[in-house]
Amino acid sequence: MKRAHLAAVAAISITAALSANSAQAEDLTLCWASWDPANALVELSKDFEAQSGHKMSFEFVPWPNFADRMLNELNSGGQLCDLMIGDSQWIGGAAENGWYVKLNDFFDANGIKMDDFIDATVTGYAEWPKNTPNYWALPAFGDVVGWTYRKDWFERPEIQTAFKEKYGRDLAVPKTFAELKDIAEFFQKREVDGKTVYGASIYTERGSEGITMGAMDVLYSFGFKYENPDKPYDMEGYVNGPGAVAGLEYYKALYDCCVAPGTSNTYMSEGIDAFKSGQVALQMNFAFTWPGFETDMDVGRGKTGYFANPAGPDGDQFAQLGGQGISVVAASTKQDAALEYIKWFAQPDVQAKWWSMGGFSCLKAVTLAPDFPQSQPYAQTFLDSMAIVKDFWAEPSYATLLQDTQKRFHDYVVAGQGTAQEALDGLVADWTETFEDEGKL
Amino acid sequence: MTHSPIERVAFATPPAIASRARGLSDRALAWIFVTPTIALLLAINIFPLVWTIRLSLTNYRANRAGAELEWVGIRNYTRILTDGDIWLSMQATAHFLIWTIVLQVAIGFALAWLINRKFKGNDLWTTIIVLPMMLSPAVVGNFWTFLYQPQIGLFNYVVSFFTGIDPSSFSMIGDVSLAPWSIVIVDTWMWTPFVMLICLAGLRSIPDYIYEAAAIDRASPWRQFWTITVPMVLPFLMLAVLFRGIENFKMFDMVTLLTGGGPGSTTELTSINLKREAFEKWRTGYSSAYAIILFVTVFGLASIYVKALNKVKQR
Repeated sequence: MKRAHLAAVAAISITAALSANSAQAEDLTLCWASWDPANALVELSKDFEAQSGHKMSFEFVPWPNFADRMLNELNSGGQLCDLMIGDSQWIGGAAENGWYVKLNDFFDANGIKMDDFIDATVTGYAEWPKNTPNYWALPAFGDVVGWTYRKDWFERPEIQTAFKEKYGRDLAVPKTFAELKDIAEFFQKREVDGKTVYGASIYTERGSEGITMGAMDVLYSFGFKYENPDKPYDMEGYVNGPGAVAGLEYYKALYDCCVAPGTSNTYMSEGIDAFKSGQVALQMNFAFTWPGFETDMDVGRGKTGYFANPAGPDGDQFAQLGGQGISVVAASTKQDAALEYIKWFAQPDVQAKWWSMGGFSCLKAVTLAPDFPQSQPYAQTFLDSMAIVKDFWAEPSYATLLQDTQKRFHDYVVAGQGTAQEALDGLVADWTETFEDEGKL
Repeated sequence: MTHSPIERVAFATPPAIASRARGLSDRALAWIFVTPTIALLLAINIFPLVWTIRLSLTNYRANRAGAELEWVGIRNYTRILTDGDIWLSMQATAHFLIWTIVLQVAIGFALAWLINRKFKGNDLWTTIIVLPMMLSPAVVGNFWTFLYQPQIGLFNYVVSFFTGIDPSSFSMIGDVSLAPWSIVIVDTWMWTPFVMLICLAGLRSIPDYIYEAAAIDRASPWRQFWTITVPMVLPFLMLAVLFRGIENFKMFDMVTLLTGGGPGSTTELTSINLKREAFEKWRTGYSSAYAIILFVTVFGLASIYVKALNKVKQR
């Protein structure tokens, strides 16, 4: 009896010690890109620190180096990051290489349902293989490429008159890419407030992913498809079909006619600068940039308008998905605390606060709330854009596929080498070689 | 009685160690001293080289470390040597290499020749001229990006001032025909002082009495230049060419920051191309083969060049 009593006391002591250990305050590191939403997340996470007792540290890397730096970290099994808000295209490699913790059981145990999140973000940020219920991330930041325009310029009577004289229609938000080019041409080198302005700022960056994100944003609506829907990895006629060729020709024509001088290597931050400085009338950029325009002294206070990607020649309308999901790094020794963070982050009230702070929530409870479209001037455009998204390959070999695309597009669009057909035929050859190397073809 | 430092060390050595050391031959002692260096060289130079050769014969990808390794023989080498893009990259590198060396040697030698003359403010001018090479290549790449900016860049305005061309009508780093020259200009601006310093050392090593003897023999300054100055500075010049050649063959940082290899792939030098293959596309086996080809090229060219340099020095 005494022995049984002693054993019970020992068991209770061990259990108590273990639970004390599991509830121990941890120092969690969250890794993400260095941009405005990351600063908002730092603020938001203070609530988590107060509630959980865990301390949050952050490792933010500028976008051009983000993928290089973080993929190296994941690949080497580094323990710098406990939580990773990784790009949507990483999900295939992260899942297949075991970099992220699979979250299905955790979601089930904690009542987190993927149906509660915008469908496109679940597919884009969380699933691998795509369209299967295997989740490796919680949709954290919804993002999509859309357009901003100088609403104040569009509303000026003299500009409206000049536009109508030239094109025979009112100057308004473009419904098609053809209209968008007309507007960009109209503003190119026009004098506005005594300053020469230019038509549009579009993505042309060579080093990381810029020109691919920009050109794909246009190509989708012209008929580009990554593969035969009925035969995976069959790309001939889809990647380089007539529609895709027309789309790439359009992107080059837009670059040739309507961008500011010296913009042969521009991405998100250069677009923001061009728009805020009053250099361009139209700007292609990810939605994350929009809150910054609203608070800007020069282009805020109603001077900026927003619109989703216009339609292509056949009426198709798609947009390039951005954004990321939040994952637990498999190499982390603090997975329990990291999962605690995800559980906290998935709560509707936290997501509502996230949206109010400039974070683009993916939770339907937030985005489908009746007052959401009126909550910000860009809220409706965000919803419209998220409804038409497509994303780049998320295969484990995405980096190779991406770099091939960067080269082919930049060679044609910016350097003017070859034709659109040659660029896309070359891309099919590059991608085919990669998939053959991967054993998928 | 005072002892020399060596004797003091000998006396201070404990007898046991001293007796053991006395039992070692000179050859054994030499090996003891050299072994750590050899071990270090093997670990950080030879082993990685052998390992790279091994990887170059496989389809290994560093981001798929767990994947099955397949021996592909010399397929990576044949793919590289038949890849048109790689040859374009080689051409871009050759253009950069040749023109930077030609310009830096010409301007560097001319500056050294001028600085070597005694005039007031000589030291101040030397200091001002060598300033660019003291800057970080990253800084240089970044601020020349602004200098080349068509709308606000000083470079375009200077060109416009002298030629009347609209400054915003051309983009040094965005135009296919101008971009290769834009990186040549920046590298020349930055590294000409280095060539100048080496040439200056060469010029100052020529004894005055040789010129005095030539003057007594009524040799004209032009004749003195070609028969004394140039031959005696030539080994120094060749050394400068070797240094700049090796440096520019592996040029990465400044060009990456300035053009990112663009527009298109116009300024994508081999080192940038190699980095993309190795650390962006993660084709480790392929990029290992690429690195080996570049290594053999540089090593071969440098060996031939060093032999030529030794011949010039012996003359």
